[in-house]
Amino acid sequence: MRQRDFENRYRDSWAQLEAWLKSDSKSTQASALDLPVVYRELCQQLAVAKERQYTSRLIDHLNKLVTAAHHRVYRQQTLRRKGWLHYLLAGFPQAVRANGRVVLLATALFLLPALVMGIGTYNNDALIYAVMSPGDVLSLESMYDPGNRVLGRERGSDTDLAMFGFYIKNNIGIAFRTFAGGILFGLGSIFFLVFNGLFIGAAFGHITRVGFVSTFYPFVISHGAFELTAIVLAGAAGLLLGRSLVDPGQHRRSVALRLASVEAMKIMYGTFLMLVIAAFLEAFWSSSATTPITIKLGFGALLWLLVFAYFALAGRGDSSHAS
Amino acid sequence: MLDTTYNVETPEGIDLRARAAGPVPRILAFAVDVFYRTLILTALGIGLAFAETAGIGIWLVCSFLLEWFYPVFFEVLRGGQTPGKKAFGLMVVNDNLTPISWGASIVRNLLRFADFLPFAYATGVIAMTLGRHFQRLGDLAAGTLVIYRDEDKVPVALPDTTPLPPPRNFKQQDQLALISLLERHEDLSEARQQELANLLEPVTEKRDSAALEYLRSVGSWLLGGRG
Repeated sequence: MRQRDFENRYRDSWAQLEAWLKSDSKSTQASALDLPVVYRELCQQLAVAKERQYTSRLIDHLNKLVTAAHHRVYRQQTLRRKGWLHYLLAGFPQAVRANGRVVLLATALFLLPALVMGIGTYNNDALIYAVMSPGDVLSLESMYDPGNRVLGRERGSDTDLAMFGFYIKNNIGIAFRTFAGGILFGLGSIFFLVFNGLFIGAAFGHITRVGFVSTFYPFVISHGAFELTAIVLAGAAGLLLGRSLVDPGQHRRSVALRLASVEAMKIMYGTFLMLVIAAFLEAFWSSSATTPITIKLGFGALLWLLVFAYFALAGRGDSSHAS
Repeated sequence: MLDTTYNVETPEGIDLRARAAGPVPRILAFAVDVFYRTLILTALGIGLAFAETAGIGIWLVCSFLLEWFYPVFFEVLRGGQTPGKKAFGLMVVNDNLTPISWGASIVRNLLRFADFLPFAYATGVIAMTLGRHFQRLGDLAAGTLVIYRDEDKVPVALPDTTPLPPPRNFKQQDQLALISLLERHEDLSEARQQELANLLEPVTEKRDSAALEYLRSVGSWLLGGRG
């Protein structure tokens, strides 16, 4: 068949498909078109056109149509079998447990430097200056000085919202970077975990040494349950990416990385949520100076317990284990 | 072969073609997006200045969302195109040329930070240059690809001629060459077309405008026109 006849024969159906693709698929006329059937026919027509070596203009046009229809046919639905609720109740803690060894490694990379630095600064009043400038140390001390009337950064409660914004941008940014750095063979994640460990450990040790215990611990204990675990989990997710590149196993590196990123995202969605919760707590609860210290400590301890219980227990009885 | 064509075989056994976009248009598109984002943040800043301290918080949350999720929003809900990509005719797709999904878009945009290291997207540009399909690290991990969105081509009006049958021993390759000459008749100058037609003098035994006229007639016949 000559090209002109070929074009004349199918021109109408192509125009119809094109019109359908342009129109909103939800409109009434859309249902008139049986997309899979039209799409298969179109594929066949493209194959025929290529086989018969019709002009590149026609083949390009058909290729474009096929691509557009392909997009509609294979519009990927994220596999949300039971949706977000299922993810929160089971999927997230399951993903964390399934990668328990990496999570443990991330915890060690964070906790060991923190312990070393904490003990060091507690015993040696000069060590803090290894990670902070004298100005930063002063402002850290003034933040938690029991002589202050407000906790945390010096502020009244009208700035809670401003601080919430700050915690969101700053802390979640840190967690995202800790994760993203993992693709550099894990080095970025390791760096951020160790760096944050050193810094936070130094702050803990120094404040304890100076004796501002009664203001510092009630302030950090509640949101720390979410924030510190989330940073460690973001690091673990990053290490998953790094591991897939260093030791891809029986896959090609690109494939291993792809698989690892799917697994890592199962952890990252939950991490993001934990950091939002942490920002809420830090801005609106931890800073309140009116709540008695014992209540804050008790509530914070309860949160830690809840977080650990959640990761240890949630989704255990679930038979539809994803990984 | 040194070209940017990207082929994917669909389950229907069709080879889909796309052209992968290189670093330069992508950097330009990114610059456009940065411009828009700055514009939005400035406008928000002015608007929220009246809300004082609370306004700072809202502004910070907005700037966080814009920094990490501005591309995700557009890539998933606007057919793979941020405003910058749209301006340069680019789009993001999964590497099987299906529309990008939420998960893939979030991964490629979270890993933007790693591509940025150590400064000015050096890692990303190096990864793009080394890879076959110009994928930065985020693209590799998410399994995505930035391609050119094909523009709609207006069908060319063929020159008006009476179709003539081709000479004997006219091979298929020759036919294809002839037809593409016909298709490009609006892009090439008349003189250049005659020059090309003259190359076929041994076959056509004609020169200049007569040769071109004859070739056009044959081309028209090959495309299915019959007198």
